[in-house]
Amino acid sequence: MNEQSLYSSSAVPKQKSARRMGKAGGRRPLESVMQMIFFICGFIAIAFVLVITIYLIISGLPAIREIGLVNFLFGEEWASTAEEPKFGILPMILTSIYGTAGAIVIGVPIGFLMAVFLSKVAPRKVANVVRPVVDLLAGIPSIVYGLVGLMVLVPFIREAFNTAAGESLLAAIVVLAVMILPSIISVSETALNAVPREYEEASLALGATDIETYFRISAPAAKSGIAAAVVLGVGRAIGEAMAIMMVAGNVANMPNLLSSVRFLTTGIAVELAYSSGLQRQALFSIGLVLFLFIMCINVILNVFLKRDKEG
Amino acid sequence: MKKFLALVMAAVMMTALLAGCAGGGNNAGDAADNTTGNTTNNTTQNDTGSADDTTGGETAAISGTVNTDGSTSMADVMAAFQESFGDIQPDVTVNYSGTGSGSGITNVLAGTVDIGLSSRALTDEEKAEGAVENIVALDGVAIVVHPENTVTDLTIEQIAQIYTGEITNWSELGGADAPIAVIGRDAASGTRGAFEEIVGVEDQCVYTNEYESTGEVIGSVAGNPNAIGYASLSAVDDTVVAVQVNGVAPSEATVADGTYEIQRPFVMVTVEGTELSEAAQAFLDWAMSADAADEVEAAGCVSPNA
Repeated sequence: MNEQSLYSSSAVPKQKSARRMGKAGGRRPLESVMQMIFFICGFIAIAFVLVITIYLIISGLPAIREIGLVNFLFGEEWASTAEEPKFGILPMILTSIYGTAGAIVIGVPIGFLMAVFLSKVAPRKVANVVRPVVDLLAGIPSIVYGLVGLMVLVPFIREAFNTAAGESLLAAIVVLAVMILPSIISVSETALNAVPREYEEASLALGATDIETYFRISAPAAKSGIAAAVVLGVGRAIGEAMAIMMVAGNVANMPNLLSSVRFLTTGIAVELAYSSGLQRQALFSIGLVLFLFIMCINVILNVFLKRDKEG
Repeated sequence: MKKFLALVMAAVMMTALLAGCAGGGNNAGDAADNTTGNTTNNTTQNDTGSADDTTGGETAAISGTVNTDGSTSMADVMAAFQESFGDIQPDVTVNYSGTGSGSGITNVLAGTVDIGLSSRALTDEEKAEGAVENIVALDGVAIVVHPENTVTDLTIEQIAQIYTGEITNWSELGGADAPIAVIGRDAASGTRGAFEEIVGVEDQCVYTNEYESTGEVIGSVAGNPNAIGYASLSAVDDTVVAVQVNGVAPSEATVADGTYEIQRPFVMVTVEGTELSEAAQAFLDWAMSADAADEVEAAGCVSPNA
């Protein structure tokens, strides 16, 4: 959704106002009926956001209150069905942060260079072939990423590092890095395309080479758009569950590159089906923590997008 | 206004959630009464609807709905039961939802379902609350390894040591020099509960990987020469090898005569003093009879009633 609003932010308002002028004097009843429908649809979206938010808070808080906020957020052990259950989600929080950071470290340089290639370097014909391929990458269901990771990446890691099992934080990072590529590429490319041609022409006229121009002129001019791409990638990586559930091993260890780990998302998904009582409430609390993480990321994204529009 | 509406909706959802969680106590009795009432109503409605079709057909044709809920390990058995019982009593609908043994027992005690399904024996506390154990099948929990693994015989003690992390390399068991990947189920799984209880390693297991379904455990072991896992005997296929335990290979015969030690009962749980609907009683009687033994075996389990 964020991507779309970024693409269309400049083009849509003009079309809308033109359309409105053309039909304003026409059929009034239909006009008001449609307005009602638009209003209801918009209201449904808002209502869902509100209901989900309130529901998460109401159902997430009791367990936190019972376990204790500090024990819950900073407890290092998760044993939800033990004789004396322990509900510490620090391993999951750290795993989510490390996993997302790792995916960004691998995915952003590749995605950014790919965007430069598509936007500046590649001949138009080549770019027109590559771009749909990147879009296709965005359309692949996440479970397919997980499946390929499980069949190819996991055995490879097991043999390369001679570990007991290949399911690990490393496998999850690689899968996430590939999954966030399409959004990073397309948002960065849009930002790079929006850099005024005059900047680049001036740079070239002053004797800079093509490469110098791309990295010293185009990239800095597009930096807030690229930053938005990174934040979008973070948002996608931290919210992913299905693909990494298949390759991460799902044991709530403290994060270690080659050992089995459990993310916040997979922590909910793995146990929800058979959970009960305080365990189930604690899963809702994990959902609340994850929700707060994603809220923060969205706020940051909006800051970048706003700055992009102004600058 | 919007906030108010959202609050109301959230409150409704919360109430529904809480109602679902309600355990024993006063609520249980009320809920049980309600369910019985509802089931009877359904039966009468169905009777009036389909009276013309059924009268004059089989001798004791009954109709109605039987709601069962609980162990996911019993999915195969229940599928076989649903199909065959459908042939005997075509007007009885047997619903099954797999929510885990714990919640199946809780729900039948709370009266929200007719029959609870548990893939472990009931505890004394559960029996004290009025739960009645009806064993319909016996299921072996197989210990599975990759087909390339040379280790094919383990003692219960060795299995316990592997799962608690005391043995970490296959060479300690006479196998190749490779680390052991210990595969298991998620914390709320009935298979995990049964396995850890029988082997005596409750809450002490050091897992390499955890999965949320039996199929994923089998898949993981099939794809990893270092792995050991546990799964319902009925779910074991030829992509993995089930090892002998204390010298006994898991099979229907060794489970039935009790020589294969890692086994558990499949239980249909009813509540003492609560009368089942006609349809539910007929289903339970049939499931406990020798007639259902074929279906139990078809599902890969062993029937104690054959």
